[in-house]
Amino acid sequence: MSLAVLAWSLLLAQLMLGLAFCCAAWRVLRGPRAQDRVVGLDTLSINGMLLLLTFGLRTGTDLYFEAALVIALLGFVSTAALAKFLMRGEVIE
Amino acid sequence: MMRRLLPHPLISAGLFLVWLLASRSAAPGPALVGLVVALLGGQALALLAPGRLRLRRPALALRLAGHVAADILRSNLAVARILLLRRPDRRAGFLHIRLTLRDPQALALLAIILTATPGTAWVDHDAAEGWLLLHVLDLSGGEDWERIIRERYEAPLLEIFA
Amino acid sequence: MTGHLDSLPAWAAWPAAALLLAGAGLTLAGSLGLLRLRGFYERLHAPTLGTSAGMACVLLASMLVFSVLQSRLVIHELLIGLLMLVTTPVTLMLIARAAIHRDRQEGADVPGQASPERREEKSKE
Repeated sequence: MSLAVLAWSLLLAQLMLGLAFCCAAWRVLRGPRAQDRVVGLDTLSINGMLLLLTFGLRTGTDLYFEAALVIALLGFVSTAALAKFLMRGEVIE
Repeated sequence: MMRRLLPHPLISAGLFLVWLLASRSAAPGPALVGLVVALLGGQALALLAPGRLRLRRPALALRLAGHVAADILRSNLAVARILLLRRPDRRAGFLHIRLTLRDPQALALLAIILTATPGTAWVDHDAAEGWLLLHVLDLSGGEDWERIIRERYEAPLLEIFA
Repeated sequence: MTGHLDSLPAWAAWPAAALLLAGAGLTLAGSLGLLRLRGFYERLHAPTLGTSAGMACVLLASMLVFSVLQSRLVIHELLIGLLMLVTTPVTLMLIARAAIHRDRQEGADVPGQASPERREEKSKE
């Protein structure tokens, strides 16, 4: 009984995170301005990371954790670079 | 001697813990490598930034951390309610607050606190005069944001980084 | 596919399920905010839901399940939590500063350089 609850709530959580992922993707595609897209991209990477963690729970392997860690790091670096680009028009000064 | 070996004891301890978490074991091998990483990390930071991080009041810092955790949880629920219910009288806007806080590390910590709390976002800071520009998602609640930030966050930070 | 969860006792399964649903729900609420809120500075608040309590709940659920399944303390998820806690404010501040910089250059209706006094002086001139 309790395991069925966990399995179903895992599925529901994944669906909700997938929907959240779609919302962020819509904001990236829609804009309207560059900074909106960057915020969308940041949210996208966070939602993707949480989705990977739930996949890790579903399969019971540690591999997804590593991927989530890499995405968290890459999300930070890419958003910082994009924000810098918005500010100055170039990444490396 | 101790000071030359460990210029930033807190940073080194944090690095050591992060290393143990990343290697997922406390076996002697990883612990030894972690020790080397922590010592070298502290040294490297001392070369980069000459200032020393010092916490005057550890108990107060812990209490501040507790307050912040509670505030983050509370404002999470508040912002979720705002987003899901869409109240028509909600009013978002910018806020100017004059800070007395000048220490760069304390300011960085205040920025982390304000941005990590949903509902408030740090937008700009004028280092010369201490004016902080904040964006608040819901100004209609009647909370005195300036007083909250001054008394709840800035006052303890001033004492901790005195 | 969820066969490995069979050995999980009920006292761990229920809180894990609740934490998962709460975390995913908060993250979804934040991302819905990206669609619903009008104006860039309001949308800036949307991702913070997922990076604070949303992420904390999912990480706690993961820690709980793996700790009970492997019957040892599995807390490497703390690493992600620590990382997100420190990096999100930095990215959001950078984006906000870039946005207000761009808005000021375009002459949009945003507050100027962060001092009201100086602004009043300017308007008197």
